[in-house]
Amino acid sequence: MEAKEDLLVVDRLKTQFFTYGGVVEALDEVSFEIEKGEIFGLVGESGCGKSVTATSILGLVSKPGRVISGRILLDGEDLLRKSEREMNSIRGSRIAMIFQDPTSSLNPLFRIGYQVAEPYIHHQRRAKRKALSDATGILAKTGLPDADEKARNYPHELSGGMRQRAMIAMSLTCEPDLLIADEPTTNLDVTIGRQILDLVKDLQREFGASVLWITHDMAVVAQMCDRVGVMYAGSIVEKTDVRTLFRNAKHPYTERLLRAIPSAATSSDRLEEIPGSVPRLIHPPTGCRFHPRCDYAAPVCSETKPLEREVDPGHWVACHRFSGPKDGT
Amino acid sequence: MKLGNYILRRAAMLVPVLLGVLVLIFVIAYVIPADPARAWAGQRAREEQVQALEERYHLNDPIHVQVYTYLKNVILHFDLGVSPTTGRPVRDDLKAFFPATFELALCAFVLAIALGIPLGVVSALRRNRPADHFSRIVALTGVSTPLFWLALILQFVFYFKLGWLPAMGRSTIDITRYTGFVLVDSVLNWNWTAFGDAAIHMILPAATLAFYSMGYLVRITRGSMLEVLEAEYVVTAKAKGLPRRVVIYRHALKNAIIPPLTVLGVEFGWLLGGTVLLETIFAWPGMGRYAAGSIVMVDLPAVVGYTLIVALVMLLSNLVVDILYSVIDPRIRVGGKGR
Repeated sequence: MEAKEDLLVVDRLKTQFFTYGGVVEALDEVSFEIEKGEIFGLVGESGCGKSVTATSILGLVSKPGRVISGRILLDGEDLLRKSEREMNSIRGSRIAMIFQDPTSSLNPLFRIGYQVAEPYIHHQRRAKRKALSDATGILAKTGLPDADEKARNYPHELSGGMRQRAMIAMSLTCEPDLLIADEPTTNLDVTIGRQILDLVKDLQREFGASVLWITHDMAVVAQMCDRVGVMYAGSIVEKTDVRTLFRNAKHPYTERLLRAIPSAATSSDRLEEIPGSVPRLIHPPTGCRFHPRCDYAAPVCSETKPLEREVDPGHWVACHRFSGPKDGT
Repeated sequence: MKLGNYILRRAAMLVPVLLGVLVLIFVIAYVIPADPARAWAGQRAREEQVQALEERYHLNDPIHVQVYTYLKNVILHFDLGVSPTTGRPVRDDLKAFFPATFELALCAFVLAIALGIPLGVVSALRRNRPADHFSRIVALTGVSTPLFWLALILQFVFYFKLGWLPAMGRSTIDITRYTGFVLVDSVLNWNWTAFGDAAIHMILPAATLAFYSMGYLVRITRGSMLEVLEAEYVVTAKAKGLPRRVVIYRHALKNAIIPPLTVLGVEFGWLLGGTVLLETIFAWPGMGRYAAGSIVMVDLPAVVGYTLIVALVMLLSNLVVDILYSVIDPRIRVGGKGR
């Protein structure tokens, strides 16, 4: 591999939900790695398994879900082998998370400062007083105006952007190695969202953390990420650096996804869309899960699942078009 | 800060509500198609006697005049009229009977909370496990068992069969009355035998009365806790790596306690009203038994007076609940809007 070291290695991760209707295969052998100091983007439509990937890493897959197999290595240690107690000491200190909706993710009954201070109190055993003043400090660092006063406010007294800054402050308290951001700008105004993106990027540089950035927004990917994994129906179909993704995407799904980005230059009456809809993962399509919607589907596609192949250095694609000797590329 | 304002505003609202309640109770009581004077005078009374009573209680005046007179007396002198059956002022009767009832309702209330809320929490945390099934059965039994039936069964088992607990009355030992609350008075007398005696008399009626409320609280607490445990801020708390007890008892429970708290105010009023039947069964010398007797006798001043007191306690307990509510939830203090 490269000289850079991997912080997180997710290896053939399989997470399933055992519902009354049947087994939902939410993640089907998802593999990716995040280097130290890198921002890795995970893109895909709603329901493709991005958030389940995040909760699997944190060990917080909610019932009736369970991680079935695979490995999640943080600095070489397999998180799936950790006890609940050990995981609890990792959550919030070595791996922290920023959620999509700061409004429902902050507890309405506790002051902002206290909620930000909690990791200090429980992970670093700081006295409450010290923790609260440190919380104000980190709130100020996220650009929250009048952090002193805002720390004493309740979530409902803050705007959406301010709440998200508070969430970010909360996640950075223990200077985590890995920050998982689950669409943190989706519920914000575009301008506020942009400020949040800049803020995370600045703080990420300052703290030297790696980031797993989950989004469905290609524009955000272009702005934020170093490398990207494109997810479809529980699998990563393409994995490469951002430049290659936008210039030389190989997987048919990625192609369609990129074409679906509306742009002012190529304005037409109708937005590009991908025909069909995201499959229900309770009975996923056989073989390649994208084949029912794929323009290039061949008989083999419905029979066997394509393996990931490195088509160019660092550019992995899971598609039969790039796996056999008789394909056209 | 804003909390004080909120409390004041909320307390000020009591006045018009209470006035409305008073008028309503009075009108309802007096328009019922009964011949109260006839009931008071007795079946064999002569017509003149009945008429004298009608005269004395202004029963022939137009209803608005009656309401006006009654309101004037209540507001200016806190005079609830004279009970035609006991011949004493209703105010004095209620004053004498109120402590026994209040003490009973309060004990039942504490019992219902002390059992209902923890059971609801455990039920939610152990969802679909034996502990959950157990408390759900208890809760369902609680809300579906008729009060009088439960009272009789408990009396039969614990008094008649086992002989462990007394089934009638409030105490058997005479002590100096200071407050009218036997449990308090026996402590003030430093008489622990009397305290034990009063406590043992309290068990059956209080348990019977508490059973329904407890069941109701279990159900509400369980539902609310289950909902809160799924909330995103609970996921946040877990993602922060907080210890389980902090996630559950601090982040989740504080939110989950709000719905049960909201019903507590009404629940206390219900307990007070539930004593009408219960006190009759347990020969409890309280306001409820007084009300039951008054209803039979169409003793309108007494019935209206009793209803007024229950309404007043109901309003006050709701006020207390609202204040607690706003202490827990900062969003409430903002004003009319918000949540």
